[in-house]
Parts: sequence; structure tokens; C-alpha cells
Amino acid sequence: MIPPAFDYVRPSSLPEALAALAEAGEDAKVLCGGQSLLPLLRLRLAYPSVLVDVGRLPELHGVREEGGHVRIGAATTHDEVLRSPVVRAGCPLLPLATATVADPAVRHRGTLGGSLAHADPAGDLPAVAVALDMEFVVASAAGERAVPAGEFFVDYLETALRPAEILVAVRVPRLGDGWGFHYEKFHLTAQAWAVVGVAAAVRPGGAGGDRRVEEARVGLTNMGPTPVRAGGVERAVRGAPLPGAGAGGSPGGAGDGVRDAAALADEGTSPPGDLHATPEYRRHLARVLTRRALLAAAA
Amino acid sequence: MARITVTVDGVAYQEEVEPRLLLVHLLRDRIGKTGTPIGCDTGNCGACTIMLDGRSAKSCSVLAVQADGAEVLTVEGLAGPDGWHPMQRAFHEEHALQCGYCTPGMIMAAIDLLKDDPDPSEDAVRAGLEGNLCRCTGYSNIVRAVRGGARAMRDAGAVGDR
Repeated sequence: MIPPAFDYVRPSSLPEALAALAEAGEDAKVLCGGQSLLPLLRLRLAYPSVLVDVGRLPELHGVREEGGHVRIGAATTHDEVLRSPVVRAGCPLLPLATATVADPAVRHRGTLGGSLAHADPAGDLPAVAVALDMEFVVASAAGERAVPAGEFFVDYLETALRPAEILVAVRVPRLGDGWGFHYEKFHLTAQAWAVVGVAAAVRPGGAGGDRRVEEARVGLTNMGPTPVRAGGVERAVRGAPLPGAGAGGSPGGAGDGVRDAAALADEGTSPPGDLHATPEYRRHLARVLTRRALLAAAA
Repeated sequence: MARITVTVDGVAYQEEVEPRLLLVHLLRDRIGKTGTPIGCDTGNCGACTIMLDGRSAKSCSVLAVQADGAEVLTVEGLAGPDGWHPMQRAFHEEHALQCGYCTPGMIMAAIDLLKDDPDPSEDAVRAGLEGNLCRCTGYSNIVRAVRGGARAMRDAGAVGDR
């Protein structure tokens, strides 16, 4: 219950934080809301020499529209994401997934940047990041660089962040008009991690009895050591007929094309086995949940 | 060691703390607020829920140094000059506890929920309390108590008030 001893610094600006992190060396950890890090410390699964608290840095706060994307400060809490009209209008998939993260008390403290930098493949937000092609704004003493979501998640709990770098913000590209969104999460109890989750964005076209998928984005939670972009599904689902209003995805009707595409969801994945699910069961869940997520996003 | 200032239940404290000291240990072991219990090692159970600058937080998942400058409200700070807070009274009246271990966290989470939703449906109560585990009651009486407490707070014009 009692964390190992560490030093603690709370810089008042980003340059100070970067200097503190560089000076502290590679055993330092960045602390923001602490909702992932503190449980690890209490269980003594991490032994940082220094915690650099970035939670109050003004440079890491704020949500704003910037050209074709929404820029969200890394220290924005899940609760702030849920309440932000700019986020809800510009990238509705993010609040849909964020609403399923843990519970209200954790969402008051936990941050978007912290969740992404923690890079737990069972976390809900990394899948959204890859589905939406978020761009990660990363700062070091040498300046800023941008890392695409597809390159940010390197391995289990491992990212492209270097020891003296801090995630400052993410830029979420706006998808334009006509997209629908859904996050489908399968978990065993209310606040539990996803056994599997599917983040879907769908742009339907046509009308009435001839509705079809024009374009789709799919990200998978907990189907491997990193979040997975289901490119095979995205390609296969183009042009798939959608059920008309109220028709549902009944067998033999419209929606079969979506089911066939969703059957590719586990292709190329390497899901973990644990006490909640075998790898094979996770593959099954990925196929079923992807179909549900696509149809719900298109509805 | 770090020097912090934190206000707990309306009283300002200055403390020298080790950086690794958890807020819940500050509350219990230093300040004597043992009304806030520790229920688990994982951040799941919600027994240690308090208000940190007006919103619910799990005090086992916050470092005391992170609360520097903050205002903390524990279950011990709820009662006023007229006695129990309406939510405390509702938990008593509805028998919304058996062993009582989860109750302080349940009450704090319930009051937090009402800040956004002063008249929550049963589903809204269950979703609002998803971070608080009770292993005795089966939750039915808790849900009834939260809705009853909400009614009492609305009648008293106290919704949204701390």
C-alpha cells in the first residue's frame, strides 16, 4: 500500500519541467493525474527515482480548434474532455470512449495525455487515437516534434517518448461532415478494463434502402501489446450495404457485408490470454464487437 | 520532505510530508480523519472517496503533495450545526449499509453525482456510484437512499451546495 520512496518536483513551466526531467535521468517518471501511476507505485510495480509533476503546467492545459484539428492539452482530465463543447463537436468519438473509462472519481483526476503516455493496450483511449490518426505533440529541451499515433505506441506500456520528453498535447484531425461514431466495450464489471473494445467511425452514403458504408475507421482495444488499427476491416467494409432505418442487422439482410468485413477484425492481431478471456475468445469478441460498433456508428 | 498547505473540512493544515505519502494517509494518520477508510490496494473500491477542490477523488490515488493548496472535504466535514447532512440521514433512514465500510465513500460519491444531476434516475445513481463497491447490501437500499437524499437536498435548497 505504501509506495517506494522517491523525490518529487513540481516545476512551474514546461521548460523547467523538461530541464528537471533531463537532469533526473532515465529512472524519472512524469506524473500528471496519477490514476495509472499511483496504483502501480502502491503495488510497487514501479520504482521511479523522481516524479516530475506536470499536472499544473499551463502549457499542458486547454482545448482549442486549430485549423483542421482539435488540440487537446495532455493534462486535460477525462472529465474536462466529457464537458468540452469543442471536443464534442470536433471529435465525438473521444468523449464516447472517455465516458467508459473507470469511474467518475478517476475521471476527475485522470488525464487524456496520461492515459495515452501510459499506453496500456487495455485502456480505451489508445484505440481512439489510432482510429482517428491523432498526432502527438512531444516536447524536449531541443524543441517540439510531432509523432503520428501509428508510431507512438511501440509495445506493451511502451511509447516513442524518449526519457527527457514530455507529451504536451494531441492534435485530433476533424473528419468532416457525415460521420457517425461508436465505442463498443465489453467488460465484466462497471469500472473494469475492457476485455476487448472497438472504436469505430463510419461515413454512410446513399439513402433509404440503399444506404452503404462510404468510409470507416476502426481501432481495437486489448487485441495485442499495442492498440490495433483494423485496416483489413476498413478496406473490406467500403461499399457494404447498411440496414435501412429500423431494419437492424438481421441475418440474410442488409448488414451482411458489414458482418463479413467485421469477421476480419482479428486478422494480424495477437490478443493476450488472462483470467478474463483466452486469446481465441478475444478474437471472437473482436469480430462480434466490430460488427456492432460499425452498425451503431452508421445508424 | 515537502511542506504543503491543505484545508481539510474547513481547517487549514501545514504539514511536512514525504513525497510518497498518500492523501488518505495524511488524512487518517496525521490529521486524524479516520472517517475515511482504506478499502483496497488497487483504486477500485472507492471507500476512501473524498472531495478534492469540490469534485470526488479517491484519496488513495492522490499524493499528499499533489493536494498542496487544495481544499479537501471528508465525510467528517459534512454535518452542519443542525446535525447530519441530508445524505447521511438518508443512508441511515433507508438502512443503506450493513458493515458500513463503504458508506463514507458512497456518501461522498452520491453528493458529487448530485452536483451534475440533482434528481438522478435509478440508472443515473448506479452509473454515478460505479466506482464504489459495497459487498454487503446489494445496492438497492443505497440507490433508494441516494434518491431520498437528493429529494431532501432539493427540498432544503442544498443541491450544488458543497
